[in-house]
Amino acid sequence: MISFDHVTKRFDDGTVGVADLSLDVPEGQVVVLVGPSGCGKTTTMRMVNRMIEPTEGTITVDGRDVMATDPAELRRRIGYVIQQIGLFPHRTIAENIATVPGLIGWDRARTAERVRELIDTVGLPEGVADRYPHQLSGGQRQRVGVARALAADPPIMLMDEPFGAVDPIVRTRLQDEFLRLQAAVRKTIVFVTHDIDEAIRMGDRIAIFREGGHLEQFDTPTAILAEPANDFVTDFLGAERGLKRLALIPVSDVKADPGPLVRPGDPRDRVQQVAATEGTDWVVVVDADGRLCGWAYVDELGEQVEATGARPFSLRVFADDSLRKALDSMVTSRTGVAVRVSGDDRYEGMLTQDILTREIV
Amino acid sequence: MIDWAWIGRHTDDIWSATREHLVLTALPVLLGLILAVPLGILATRTPRLATPVLAVSGVLYTIPALAMFVFMIPFTGLTVTSAVIALTIYTLIVLVRATIDGLASVPRDVREAAEAMGYRPAARLLRVELPLALPVLIAGIRIATVSTIGLVAIGVIINVGGLGRLVYSLGFQRNFFMTPIWTGLALIVALSVVADLALIAVERRLTPWSRGR
Amino acid sequence: MVQGPLRVDFLTVLADWISDPARWTGATGIPNRLLQHLGYSVGATLIAAAIALPLGIWLGHTGRYGNLAIQITNVGRAVPTLVLILLLFALWPFNVAVIFAALVALAVPPILANAYVGIRQVDPEVRDAALGMGMRGTQLLREIEIPVAIPLIMSGVRTSAVQIVATAGLAAFVGFGGLGRLVIDGVAKGFRGTARGLPEVVWGAVLIAALAVLTELLLARVQRAVTPRGLRRQATPASEIPSASTT
Repeated sequence: MISFDHVTKRFDDGTVGVADLSLDVPEGQVVVLVGPSGCGKTTTMRMVNRMIEPTEGTITVDGRDVMATDPAELRRRIGYVIQQIGLFPHRTIAENIATVPGLIGWDRARTAERVRELIDTVGLPEGVADRYPHQLSGGQRQRVGVARALAADPPIMLMDEPFGAVDPIVRTRLQDEFLRLQAAVRKTIVFVTHDIDEAIRMGDRIAIFREGGHLEQFDTPTAILAEPANDFVTDFLGAERGLKRLALIPVSDVKADPGPLVRPGDPRDRVQQVAATEGTDWVVVVDADGRLCGWAYVDELGEQVEATGARPFSLRVFADDSLRKALDSMVTSRTGVAVRVSGDDRYEGMLTQDILTREIV
Repeated sequence: MIDWAWIGRHTDDIWSATREHLVLTALPVLLGLILAVPLGILATRTPRLATPVLAVSGVLYTIPALAMFVFMIPFTGLTVTSAVIALTIYTLIVLVRATIDGLASVPRDVREAAEAMGYRPAARLLRVELPLALPVLIAGIRIATVSTIGLVAIGVIINVGGLGRLVYSLGFQRNFFMTPIWTGLALIVALSVVADLALIAVERRLTPWSRGR
Repeated sequence: MVQGPLRVDFLTVLADWISDPARWTGATGIPNRLLQHLGYSVGATLIAAAIALPLGIWLGHTGRYGNLAIQITNVGRAVPTLVLILLLFALWPFNVAVIFAALVALAVPPILANAYVGIRQVDPEVRDAALGMGMRGTQLLREIEIPVAIPLIMSGVRTSAVQIVATAGLAAFVGFGGLGRLVIDGVAKGFRGTARGLPEVVWGAVLIAALAVLTELLLARVQRAVTPRGLRRQATPASEIPSASTT
């Protein structure tokens, strides 16, 4: 765990980089430091491995004051990724990745094995090992940067805009891979970005900073989106705050409604009754096994409901989809609802705009 | 150590040596500039020319000054003309490079913007590219000027004037008489510094947009 | 200008002069002059490198006194080597150390400036990454800064060595040896009639120029050889390998 206790950084020219910061980064979590430029987020991150030293206050890593630790020793136990990556141009990709193992004296075989493993882990093709940085694309270099930081398996990672220098498509892919990787390795990560959407996506917790190094709010993304601490945070979160929040909540978190449910074989008058109760001009058809057949207009039905006559739902949502996807499905379907099904296509109910509204507000 | 009385008696000699030194510096720099800028522009416009031009100038630059002066003797003898031609070859080399580098330093987006706004090639060169190439070109002129001031001294070998002669004929050859040697050295260094500062001032005048960077 | 028939005549004179066996033996022979010239040049280059490389690298590493290094270069360029030789010789007559001192003074500025600039121009993010991963100052210098700066450092040495070779001819001006001797002795014999001093002067000049060009070519090869492979951008085509996950 990393802990900031009343930390202030005043630079030589008198400007305050970080003002009286107290913050805990829990073990195994991603804490994203986010804010406009000049808000002290990078300074905060760089104080963890003493690339910048605090003027006042204490920073501890696993209970030890960083200022009482030899900087080089400290840094070798903390992975470090920066936006410009800083790959060593005169060293091959394998040599770059092997930097920290080399510094801490791993033997050749162990290092080589680890390098091979990491090249695979971060999704680089095998052939890159003997290449030089300038022969790689931006996205590939970014992966090398991450692999190099992971090389000696440090429990802590510092990442300063690690995906800032690549185009949006590659960035999204790198973010996805990062989240998958993090789910497996469970590092304690301090992640700096100026992009609130990236912060929401990547962070277990988000620390929002304001110019002058003030921490404005520190909480989980959903909590911050639900209740911004002040106007600055509200502004910083930007428009579509509700939508951003919906994106973080899984469908399984809200109770689905059964809706106007009918079964094949139900007589016409029962169908009319169900639709009238629910206030719809359509019904959803589910067979005896609980499988979703589709939906149908009440007016179109004959004397009995038939499984084959139902129209299919073009979009369906699953338990681990986000509410944002459910909303998308509502606004693009004629019925105005999102149907929830299980993996084997069993009907689990439907989500309506009323349910979402309750969730947002 | 320094015989100030001697300096007092020889102000005329010192002054004429300084004047000669200045002329022997200014002529090669100006001639070099007149030849180098069109040549540099041509080399930039015709990429096929650029490589040979740079290769030839690179080889010429390794020819020692002593040799360069002497090569002129069969053609123009022990004359000021020999010295000026030899020195011009050096300034030419430096200035062609500077012109090519200067034009290459113009950002491509600026060049394209000028083109897109309808500048014809000649106007674009004159109004946009050359002005933006000035800092690099003037840096080249500074190098050419300062090194020429130094090279003129070697003209002693072919008997041309300048401060080198003051040092050699009036000091060294007269039983290592130190006063003219120190005087000559001091004046050469002073000339270099003054010329360099003057050229920096010219650059500031001509490129107001780069001030305060 | 030299007339047509006369020029042919002059080329014959040049050929005759160099093919005379007497030119190739003894203390005044070309081999001995060449050895003397190489002696001054190699000695001065090594001394200059021994002084300027550690200093320039250290200044670059600490990043302090950078203006000092540039100032030294500028003042150095303003002092003509010939004048320096004359001055030092007048102060310490007939001491060959004068030649080495003057040539070293000529060579130190480019080596110093290139070493300083070479170390300074290492990308700040590369330095930041190296320190951030836990390199110490000397490790940063040895493993990152010097290898990355090697091309520029070597090009400073090359520039200086070529200048030294070209300038070492001036040693003859004050009575020392080297290929400059041919030029000076030739000038002393006078030029009236092509057969007198002129062939000696021309051959002296040609040999110095050739030696300078050879030095340039040789050191350019050395520079290439010591440049780490990853920095030789032109050598390996920057073809991109497709990423596993992009395909």
